[in-house]
Amino acid sequence: MQSSNAIQYDYTVAKYFTIATIVFGIVGMTVGVFIAFQLSFPGLNDLFGAYGTFGRLRPLHTDSVIFGFTLSGIWATWYYVGQRVLKVSMAESKFLMFVGKLHFWLYLIGVAAVVVSLIMGITTSKEYAEFEWPIDIAIVIVWVLWGLGIFGLIGIRREKVLYISIWYYIATFLGVAMLYLFNNMEVPTYFVAGMGKWYHSVSMYAGSNDAMVQWWYGHNAVAFVFTVPIIAMIYYFLPKESGQPIFSYKLSLLSFWGLMFVYLWAGGHHLLYSTVPDWVQTMGSIFSIILILPSWGSAINMLLTMKGEWGQLKENPLIKFYVLASTFYMLSTLEGPIQAIKSVNALAHFTNWIPGHVHDGTLGWVGFMIIGALFHMAPRMYKKEIFSKKIVEAQFWVQTTGIVMYFSSMWIAGITQGMMWRATDQYGNLAYSFIDAVEVLHPYYTLRGVGGVFYLVGVFMWAYNMYKTATSSKAIEKEPQYASPMA
Amino acid sequence: MFHWLEKNPFFFAVGVFVVIAYAGIVTVLPDFMESARPLVGTKPYTTLQLAGRQIYIQESCNACHSQLIRPFKSETDRYGKYSLSGEYAYDRPFLWGSERTGPDLHRVGNYRTTDWHENHMLDPESVVPGSIMPKYGFMFKKNADLETAYAEAYTVKKVFDVPYDQPNMPKLGTFAEAKAAAYKEAGAIVKDMKNQSVKDAYKNGQIKEIVALIAYLNSLK
Repeated sequence: MQSSNAIQYDYTVAKYFTIATIVFGIVGMTVGVFIAFQLSFPGLNDLFGAYGTFGRLRPLHTDSVIFGFTLSGIWATWYYVGQRVLKVSMAESKFLMFVGKLHFWLYLIGVAAVVVSLIMGITTSKEYAEFEWPIDIAIVIVWVLWGLGIFGLIGIRREKVLYISIWYYIATFLGVAMLYLFNNMEVPTYFVAGMGKWYHSVSMYAGSNDAMVQWWYGHNAVAFVFTVPIIAMIYYFLPKESGQPIFSYKLSLLSFWGLMFVYLWAGGHHLLYSTVPDWVQTMGSIFSIILILPSWGSAINMLLTMKGEWGQLKENPLIKFYVLASTFYMLSTLEGPIQAIKSVNALAHFTNWIPGHVHDGTLGWVGFMIIGALFHMAPRMYKKEIFSKKIVEAQFWVQTTGIVMYFSSMWIAGITQGMMWRATDQYGNLAYSFIDAVEVLHPYYTLRGVGGVFYLVGVFMWAYNMYKTATSSKAIEKEPQYASPMA
Repeated sequence: MFHWLEKNPFFFAVGVFVVIAYAGIVTVLPDFMESARPLVGTKPYTTLQLAGRQIYIQESCNACHSQLIRPFKSETDRYGKYSLSGEYAYDRPFLWGSERTGPDLHRVGNYRTTDWHENHMLDPESVVPGSIMPKYGFMFKKNADLETAYAEAYTVKKVFDVPYDQPNMPKLGTFAEAKAAAYKEAGAIVKDMKNQSVKDAYKNGQIKEIVALIAYLNSLK
């Protein structure tokens, strides 16, 4: 087997996606902060006429962060990690290079179409699957191109055994493909009726069935975009940055196959007390609790990888990002199952505790992991030191503060809402009107918005640091083995 | 076995796919036939209501309002009878929502009037002080898109056998007929409205988005 130093890896596509990650991160999170403040200052809805209301911008926020920031981050790391663990350079295959670039440019066109259509109010209303059929088709093409890239690279690999990260990237590819195709089955109405808007479509599924398919998709989009590929990242970047081997191979095995099997059952917990059959709800609830095992399996495997090396936390801010990410993953995967318990769900469902839960996962786990991964890649891609260690440190604390403000305000807001909706007076009548429970949230909504601003400021610090690293930092001659060099 | 899989990407991928597809096959598929049955008395949307529903979707009203009343006393006291599966048989897509930034709307037709909705869309705080809902004045200016609504109704009738044009069910007919029916249905709503420009537009044969949306909201019972 060839030593990795002999191979010149080609990071062209990884660099494209790195830039996309940063740009979409800024766009998606700026929209997020804006809509957060719309809830406490509704006058902000009037700024851009019909195009700037909460209803139009909310899907723009979720989709640009999920499919803009996160997907770009996943792909940036794939085009970096894939080559290195398979011991093969993209430059060795003209075909794969072409596929990679096409993947990026088609994806960019797709994202542009998504942004325009959502602002125009063109949506199918299914959460995280709002796109109409022409964009759905474009997304499928982009996805197939990525699949070609993965299996093409695997086909010409020199390293025969697939490293753990590759398992997770393959699972991401297959999982999202399956979920996306089935949830987006729709009939374009123009082709049947010959009139109306050409891009309009109607869902193949109706009512309770549509809800079941949607949440089978919706929850597992969390699985295969927010969890599985992020685990792929931490399994590569934490050992690399820290110079420590993974704590346990058996635990990796158990948590991977466990996660694959258990996750897909959990979607039913979005539909507790709804009109889908009781047994589907119960399955959703039970499997959500079982899900703690494989999730904590991965997280504990990560934390124990740092065994005896905790001193690195002081020296290396990237280790801070990875360790905090694992910790938030544990927090989030404990909180989720708790919310999936029927009696807790009765209180929590429809409240702000849910976005609170989503955001400690996405900001803490997904965001920190992607930021940390791209920081690790930068010195190796650009052959430069990270521009400023101080800014990395400061960014870490600014963003951590933001996350804590975000989830604590939303926990309090959500539980307050749930309690007020069900509260009764001494005669058994409802104690509050609905608007009472809206007005009481004002300070929490504001605090959440401020937490969002903190996080967004951190993203700008990251963008600045990455930009300076690529353009004007100190050059390094030899690729660093472990800890990323930073000035 | 796992070591072998890690050296054989094809079988590894097949293995992963089988393991992840399993849950979907067991939980999602079996129920499809059963729960798609409409409840007695549930009817498909008229063209005008469907046009209103499309506006509801266009503005993502479902991002803040749910349409699912859970079987708790606090909810049935507040919103009305809890929701039943058969009531949604003609809902494509479903609009249950996942958040209640605003109240549930599944039976809003029972307790809000055309007049109330009109004021609420123009200026939510005029009827609900403290409301954080955006103002939807632009719905009073744009025309409802009956073509696309008809196309959708026609499609679900053709492809999914939704019972339009059957005894005791809404009539769809040709587009000209559907348009005439929508115009008539809109008349009853416009009569209860105060906005003069909407009334004038109606006299000129136009149906504004707000009229279609109210038709849809009034049908939620």
